[in-house]
Amino acid sequence: MLKVDERLESKAWDGFKGGEWQTEIDIRDFIQNNFTQYNGDQSFLEDATEATTKLNDQLVDLKLKERAAGGILEADTKVVSTITSHKPGYLNKDLEKIVGLQTEKPMKKALMPFGGIRMAKDALESYGLKLDPQVEYFFSKLAKTHNQGVFDAYDADIRRARHNKIITGLPDAYGRGRIVADFPRIALYGIDHLIAGKIEDLNNYGDGEMTEDVIRVREEINDQIRALKDIKEMAASYGYDISKPAENAQEAIQWIYFGYLAAIKQQNGAAMSIGRIDSFIDIYVERDLERGVLTEKDAQELIDQFTMKLRMVTFARTPEYNSLFSGNPIWATLSLAGMGLDGRHHVTKTAYRFLNTLHNMGAAPEPNITLLWSENLPESFKKYAASVSIDSSTIQYENDDLMVKAWGTDYYGIACCVSAQPIKDGVQFFGARANLAKTILYAINGGKDEITKMQVGPKYEPITSEYIDYDEFMAKFNDMLNWVADVYVNALNAIHYMHDKYYYESAQLALKDTRLDRTFATGISGLSVAADSISAIKYGRVKIIRDKDGMAVDYEVEGDFPRYGNNDDRADDIAKWLVKNLYTKMNTHHLYRGAKLSTSVLTITSNVVYGKNTGSTPNGRKAGEPFAPGANPAYGADTSGALASLLSVAKIPYRYAMDGISYTFAVTPSTLGHDESAKEATLVNMISGYMKNEGHHLNINVFNRDTLLDAQAHPEKYPTLTIRVSGYCVYFADLTKEQQDDVIARTFHTTL
Amino acid sequence: MREKNPLLNPVPMRDGQIEGYVHSIETFGAVDGPGIRFVVFMQGCHMRCKFCHNPDTWKTNVGTKMTSEEVLNKALPYKSFWGDQGGITLSGGEILLQIDFALELFTKCKELGISTCLDTCGQPFTRRGEWFEKFEKLMDVTDILLVDIKHINSDEHKRLTGYPNENILDLTRYLSDIGKPVWIRHVLIPEITDNDQYLMELGQYIKTLHNVEKVEVLPYHTMGVHKYREMGIKYRLEGIEPPSSERIKNAEELLHCTDYKGYLSWRPGIKTFNT
Repeated sequence: MLKVDERLESKAWDGFKGGEWQTEIDIRDFIQNNFTQYNGDQSFLEDATEATTKLNDQLVDLKLKERAAGGILEADTKVVSTITSHKPGYLNKDLEKIVGLQTEKPMKKALMPFGGIRMAKDALESYGLKLDPQVEYFFSKLAKTHNQGVFDAYDADIRRARHNKIITGLPDAYGRGRIVADFPRIALYGIDHLIAGKIEDLNNYGDGEMTEDVIRVREEINDQIRALKDIKEMAASYGYDISKPAENAQEAIQWIYFGYLAAIKQQNGAAMSIGRIDSFIDIYVERDLERGVLTEKDAQELIDQFTMKLRMVTFARTPEYNSLFSGNPIWATLSLAGMGLDGRHHVTKTAYRFLNTLHNMGAAPEPNITLLWSENLPESFKKYAASVSIDSSTIQYENDDLMVKAWGTDYYGIACCVSAQPIKDGVQFFGARANLAKTILYAINGGKDEITKMQVGPKYEPITSEYIDYDEFMAKFNDMLNWVADVYVNALNAIHYMHDKYYYESAQLALKDTRLDRTFATGISGLSVAADSISAIKYGRVKIIRDKDGMAVDYEVEGDFPRYGNNDDRADDIAKWLVKNLYTKMNTHHLYRGAKLSTSVLTITSNVVYGKNTGSTPNGRKAGEPFAPGANPAYGADTSGALASLLSVAKIPYRYAMDGISYTFAVTPSTLGHDESAKEATLVNMISGYMKNEGHHLNINVFNRDTLLDAQAHPEKYPTLTIRVSGYCVYFADLTKEQQDDVIARTFHTTL
Repeated sequence: MREKNPLLNPVPMRDGQIEGYVHSIETFGAVDGPGIRFVVFMQGCHMRCKFCHNPDTWKTNVGTKMTSEEVLNKALPYKSFWGDQGGITLSGGEILLQIDFALELFTKCKELGISTCLDTCGQPFTRRGEWFEKFEKLMDVTDILLVDIKHINSDEHKRLTGYPNENILDLTRYLSDIGKPVWIRHVLIPEITDNDQYLMELGQYIKTLHNVEKVEVLPYHTMGVHKYREMGIKYRLEGIEPPSSERIKNAEELLHCTDYKGYLSWRPGIKTFNT
């Protein structure tokens, strides 16, 4: 390991402005001292190089073959994936500027049994492959997985809630993901320095008394050190020595990617974000440009090819998982731009270069490009992003002004679909979501599930009257919500205890501070259905339709009632109240490892499955019909125009939903204006207005319903048509028929 | 059958405020003037354009009565979306048939710093009497106008709309003289306005104006035809299809649309005339 003064003299840091980052591990400080703002427009951008285009054609071809083959080309059945498990793999070694694959072959899925051996086995079997018996024996008899640990701890209450889908999508059989590692640390400091830092932390952890906490953390730090050594070994197999800092832009990007590659070789997390690396990389690119060793064309090639690697990440999933999160998303979420606490915006040329990858290589779902929006970003950049949205519908926008304020740092990244996370020292315990719409039905039916007829919740008195009395309902709903909060938090406590124990993210956590702030990320599905149902009970008259056993199975609403999504406080206040109320109830609980509670209103594509498993609701929604995604108004409920719906969603209080409030918005191109410039300006003003009202997240889709109908009928004509669903991006062709129908049925904001 | 001239009717009042007859409201208008606009479609129009896609706005003195304050209260929640170009557009129907209401609403808008846009076909325009005095006042509180020239030839204009176009062209001349920014819009209808000779004449005419921020060709569409069926009115352009993209391009060339780029940098109160 180099000492500080040696590093100061080394080529790696030559030309950088010094600061605390030289003596402490502090990427933010390095960025703040060295990044170059860019206030111009996109005219400097370069097209893809021949090599990039060739590689990209090869990749698109592989992806289409994979789709044609039913979702898989090849998968490991024997070699268990670890950081160092595979020999180097290439798409085309002669052309690749950034190297490294999950296995020895592109698109070959790795075997990742640590989350759960059954999930790994089922995933293989669903593709007609057979798990090696030795591996199965090992992970069933000799070693334990996360999944086994969780089910050892689950009680009957949790199992029933899970089985009846009032709580769904829990990360109890696969990696929880959602950790944004500080990947640039490898590039700036080199692995050896990071190992030294962790050794120092190890020596200083605890006061000498071996408490449970000290034992656990000491073991974890040693796991981290081993992971760092493995990353170095893996990089060496590709011919790179990453023990020392990166010396140029190509190395910096490659070093970052090796860190990310280690993460995805070790974890099949529900979200494997790449973080916020645009300003960091830009510093190295700027230095190389200045030195004359790199051209703009070269810089774009590096960004294109790095991005291509993020497009290649793949995990083997089961059909059940795919029905929740369609299209094999891995949320290689890439956060761009945003503001510094000192008031300087972080728009660099590299932020432009990342957006330009969508032009150079076509639209693609990954990386999940997230633009950290601030009122103070330069207009030229806002307009460019809007133009990319109009062309490709691949960008999500998140409110940087709101997140910086709430999280107290400008060095955060998006850790999944939409959740903010401090990169230096924050982690999140991902917790899927509770079904609020079903909770309403349980309140009415005294804890019995309206579909399975099982007694799932506590056996409270059901509502027995013909019409639902609002006060009676609210008292029962309050009790049932208490139970949901209890059982949900209990399940998550068990999950994260076991995940730390059996599937610890040593590679990612090696690239963060040892002392961490943890958030306990719960989630809500069916918010708009629940809000409108309560509004119907309050403002209309809801008649219960019962089956022969006297269970409420359907509802007739008499009279009109306000619906969430029309900027009508009567309904919007109910939605706000629901979020705050559930949060408050969950917050009374013990949370594993002193985590701080957060909640999201976010569903991914799971709104379809949640709806499928939920009976008719008092808002007029029929059994089995999809919920609206995320915080979207219920289908057909938002009749007061696009801006009114944006204002309604913006009211959901971020302070109680710091894990994110997702709104997926579709608008037809002609609605935005008659010419390109007007369309861009409209989009910019629309986003800006939403953010000014403290809206948190916005997915923007710009297309016509006819396009989607045509793409559904003739998928071969639209192999790479990409759309944004709640919190991520997906090839339309990779959605199930039901999910496609769901997207088509949603509100398209339009005017005639 | 002609309806009575509403200019001669007493203006309806409530709570000391003028009431307007509103047909409908669009909270998210991105094609009715600069920026994102709150668009109030007023009820009533005398012209009977054959291609009109809103025949339900023709009848005067019907619709939802609203005071300017009520309209403002509906509009203000959307202020944060308007940016530095957007605001409120009064459209129709023919807004100039309710000039008192327009004047009161726009005066209040200006007090609140809201950008105002008037979307008119100009049919009621005259340089005479009390009406013109009101119009001059209205121009003081109007940032920009969208003026539709339905046809450059007055006889054709009359065949198409029921009215000649002299006073409408006079309106555009007046606006040019006082330096009031306008967007000129022209609906391109195969067989009727899609005629190179007429388009060239219109293009030349627009060149003589000094206040044009933008010239827009609006391709004829048939999305309003169902309303005619619902209302039991005969649709007179049956069989005419929307123009081809080549013809739209041709019209844009003959109207020199790309010469008018002022709208890109236009802001309320700033003129960017480029001719």
